Amino acid sequence: MLGAMDADQAIADLTEISPQVRDVVVIGSDGALAGTNAGTARAEAVAQAAQQLLAAADDARSAHGAGATAQLEAAANAGSVFVIRDADRVIAATTTPEPTVGLVFYDLKTCLRSIDEPRPRRRARKPDDAAA
Amino acid sequence: MPRRKVVTGFLLAAGSVAGSVLVRRRAARRRERVDLYAEDGTMLSFADDSPEGERLLAIARTILP
Repeated sequence: MLGAMDADQAIADLTEISPQVRDVVVIGSDGALAGTNAGTARAEAVAQAAQQLLAAADDARSAHGAGATAQLEAAANAGSVFVIRDADRVIAATTTPEPTVGLVFYDLKTCLRSIDEPRPRRRARKPDDAAA
Repeated sequence: MPRRKVVTGFLLAAGSVAGSVLVRRRAARRRERVDLYAEDGTMLSFADDSPEGERLLAIARTILP
């Protein structure tokens, strides 16, 4: 399991292990951009589209009597858009056409979790411990 | 020898036709769609010809190349 890390670092690790993933944005609980590998304008566009997709997805699901959307994939010929909603955070990514869906979802969740996880507390080492 | 060439040519042509048919079938099978998953694991899938799929794909296309 990855330790807690900076959002940009987590995204850099994600794009390194998953070449299908192109642009990634992490939206914080306050709705602000928490991390991205894209330029400012592009990141804002992806973040806005992700929020719109989640809203439209919730509408579509409620129209069919289903609960809120936790994650989605919009698969177009030019590529796919993935959006995952955690409790209060959102991670969204664009990918190349025909991605390995399960793998992309897994990698995005791992990325989000690695940002979420609190840094483990280190107990101060006492002189007695060192002697033991 | 010429007969062998004819057979080879025929086999190459047949292989090309079969290959193009497979590629076309695969491309036809790849449809645009949107899959929505809930916390409980249920999934709703909308094809591009449904109103929901059309609406969601229109948003997605704004950020795809």
